[in-house]
Amino acid sequence: MAQPLTFVLSVPETPEDHGPEPSPYDESEVHDSFYQLIQEQSQWVAEEGLELQQREPGPPETPGSGHQTLLGPEDPLVHSTATLRILASMPSRTIGRSRGAIISQYYNRTVRLRRRVSRPELRGVGRSARPSLRLYDLELDPVALEEEEKRFLLVKELQGLPVAQRDHVLRGMPLGLAEKRCLREESRTLTRKRRGRRGRRGLLPCCGRLRDACVLALHSLGLGLLSGLHALMPWRYALKRIGGQFGSSVLSYFLFLKTLLAFNALLLLPLLAFLVGVQAAFPPPASPGAVPAFTGLELLTGAGRFTHTVMYYGYYSNTTLNQPCVPPLDGGQCSREADGLPYNMPLAYLFTVGVAFFITCITLVYSMSHSFGESYRVGSTAGVHAVTVFCSWDHKVTQKRASRVQHDNIRTHLKSPVSTEQEGALLALPTVVCVLNLGAPYLYRCLAALERHDSPVLEVYVAICRNLILKMVILGILCYHWLGRRVGVLKEQCWENFVGQELYRLMVLDFIFVLLDTLFGELVWRLISEKKLKREKPEFDIAGNVLELIYGQTLTWLGVLFSPLLPAIQIIKLLCLFYIKKTSLMANCQAPRRPWLASHMSTVFVSLLCFPSFLGAAVFLCYAVWQVRPSSTCGPFRTLDTMYEAGKVWVRRLEQAGPSVSWVPWIHRYLVENTFPVYLVSALLLAVIYLNIQVVKGQRRVMYLLKEQISNEGEDKIFLINKLHSVYERKERRAGRTQEAEQLAGDLDTW
Amino acid sequence: MGNKQTVFTHEQLEAYQDCTFFTRKEIMRLFYRYQDLAPQLVPLDYTSCPDVKVPYELISSMPELKDNPFRQRIAQVFSEDGDGHMTLDNFLDMFSVMSEMAPRDLKAYYAFKIYDFNNDGYICAWDLEQTVTKLTRGELSAEEVSLVCEKVLDEADGDHDGRLSLEDFQNMILRAPDFLSTFHIRI
Repeated sequence: MAQPLTFVLSVPETPEDHGPEPSPYDESEVHDSFYQLIQEQSQWVAEEGLELQQREPGPPETPGSGHQTLLGPEDPLVHSTATLRILASMPSRTIGRSRGAIISQYYNRTVRLRRRVSRPELRGVGRSARPSLRLYDLELDPVALEEEEKRFLLVKELQGLPVAQRDHVLRGMPLGLAEKRCLREESRTLTRKRRGRRGRRGLLPCCGRLRDACVLALHSLGLGLLSGLHALMPWRYALKRIGGQFGSSVLSYFLFLKTLLAFNALLLLPLLAFLVGVQAAFPPPASPGAVPAFTGLELLTGAGRFTHTVMYYGYYSNTTLNQPCVPPLDGGQCSREADGLPYNMPLAYLFTVGVAFFITCITLVYSMSHSFGESYRVGSTAGVHAVTVFCSWDHKVTQKRASRVQHDNIRTHLKSPVSTEQEGALLALPTVVCVLNLGAPYLYRCLAALERHDSPVLEVYVAICRNLILKMVILGILCYHWLGRRVGVLKEQCWENFVGQELYRLMVLDFIFVLLDTLFGELVWRLISEKKLKREKPEFDIAGNVLELIYGQTLTWLGVLFSPLLPAIQIIKLLCLFYIKKTSLMANCQAPRRPWLASHMSTVFVSLLCFPSFLGAAVFLCYAVWQVRPSSTCGPFRTLDTMYEAGKVWVRRLEQAGPSVSWVPWIHRYLVENTFPVYLVSALLLAVIYLNIQVVKGQRRVMYLLKEQISNEGEDKIFLINKLHSVYERKERRAGRTQEAEQLAGDLDTW
Repeated sequence: MGNKQTVFTHEQLEAYQDCTFFTRKEIMRLFYRYQDLAPQLVPLDYTSCPDVKVPYELISSMPELKDNPFRQRIAQVFSEDGDGHMTLDNFLDMFSVMSEMAPRDLKAYYAFKIYDFNNDGYICAWDLEQTVTKLTRGELSAEEVSLVCEKVLDEADGDHDGRLSLEDFQNMILRAPDFLSTFHIRI
């Protein structure tokens, strides 16, 4: 697109331009590129007048702060009205005030959308409302357009877009609602007129209409789903109250709880559909012995009446359900119930758990990367003051006391801000510690070195790490205890049931302990601190509570293989926890005093969920499936050596089945069992990561160059303005002198 | 769901739905909030597009806005004549931009206008001083305020002309991931 700008310099005569005032172009001291813009804005300026002279005398001049300042064209000087007129016509002065600028910007954007330029150009990165030169399609737009004409063009372009995109563009425009409605009306009437005129002609308009109809249908379906989802969310008002009273950081805990609910629901659905439902429809033959009566204790221990139900692994049969029966050899008849599809239970168990975990993994990684992308930016270490001043006021906060706390926080932050470079470097260390998870000496040595600094945010992160390590160590020991020892001890009995019940117990007791902790940690502590210690209400411990949630979720993931209904129990637990925590929060706690960055927190929470928690559960699952021998008396894998063998058995059966499905055993033999593809995939992954790192480095360099360019442009602008001003001053002085000379001559004449 | 509302015509409601980030239900809910502010002033029938403005004092007494230090600027930016008195369109526009579905660019544009106290299209040092004073409720001394303003200009001013243009502001917003969650009013 590097076309040279060739213009003929001829300034149009505006009504005020009469008289001896020369045009700056005579001096050839002004760059050609301003011509187009001045011509476009000169009409507007002629109507609106000199906007500079209408400014309030509020803002004083910035004293020489080391920057090159303007030589006073801000003051309404009588001499350089032409300079002022040109300055008022500059595109940067039309920010936020000129509808024409906004309309022309959006016109260009929609033109590009319509033409669908495939190669992304750098100018597409521009995000400003300022009509810079690059956004102008100069060779196609030679005539200066009035605002009305531009508006008409924009409407025409809008109605060429598909409906969903049109709505999206319309919603994103920074125009008033009444104007947007007018634009929408006009684009619709034009569409209707065009459709009416076109009539039925050929295949292509039909396809376009069909596509539009599909998009419209999808759009309304999406809107319907969204409003339905909003209706399903019963906590909108509760979340609003919490956010209003305590701010975004405490709200992030409750939003995390909601996210976990969604994960559990996602996990539960396939299990319900493919395991629990089917097994409940075809119950196995009743076990010998009397069924124990239901006592209330089962709810706590999970044993007793609950042992031989769909809740646990032991109930599931290891045969193919609903098999079409082979008539017995003595000529008897088949029972009529065996009709329909056969259902291989061991295979279904293995695959369902595997697929559920896989879907959870994908969703976790996607949400983590999305959250990461939202909260971390390349080069985001500088600018802590600007960010504090413009982005730190949380507009959600509606209570007087909470907003008072915000004011205090911001004031403290502005008085003594923590420099972000220091913060960033210190944050790296706890993350490394978490990942490595090595022995205590290294950990304590690092922490001792850190604790010499005094940063409240770091304190919190260190506390999170310590807690996390403790919990993960506990869970690790438990896993070893289950898979290592218990399997050996309980050889003849159903050890999977036992593990499932242990996990159920752990979950229930964890819930009870959280309740007790809420009661004592928050309610009783508040009473004590208000009456005896005369201090304020305790703060809501965000870190501790989030770790509790993650711990509970890890237990669920660990236990899913042995107890398919565990996610349902976790859902019930989360629902109860929401209301209990909310009540306790409103009654006993106050807003946190430390400055928390809500979006960073969400990213950290989801990453903690993914990395130690989910990864650990996945490792445990893989070990249990591949290496541990399932018990021989219960469950769907009772005759096999490992659970994974169910898959192998099926593949072998497929091999014998015939050539039509021989690709499955082939894939299994050469891609899954073979180790070479694993190495290949890992190598590819490493290569992709390396390429991404290089791309980011390149982008950083481009950003640096662009910043330099902006700075240079600013300096150019100031230089030009000063030059303009000096030119006009000279002209005025000369004109003044000739006027004086004429006057003198006139006086002499009259004399 | 049968919507037997008589406040708007079907086309009006469709138009509102397409031009804001709200669904029909939310628009009706917002209308009733607006109507509650001034029940004698706001008619229950908008099919004829009446020209009704709720005065600024009532808007600023809303629980969502009454403790917000920038409520006057917010009302001025979104009102038709810049005086803070809002029609229903302005009201819907304001909450649509401040809702969580509005994109970052749109919010940054309006945030810039809100912080531009003298409406000259730039955030100059005087605007910054006003912002900082409002943020800290006047509890910082004059030297501290000017120090903060100087630092802000140093950090955010890209073309070094002593004030922030819209591009500088948007660049700075890009580096602040929290902006989307803080520039958000739930209604």
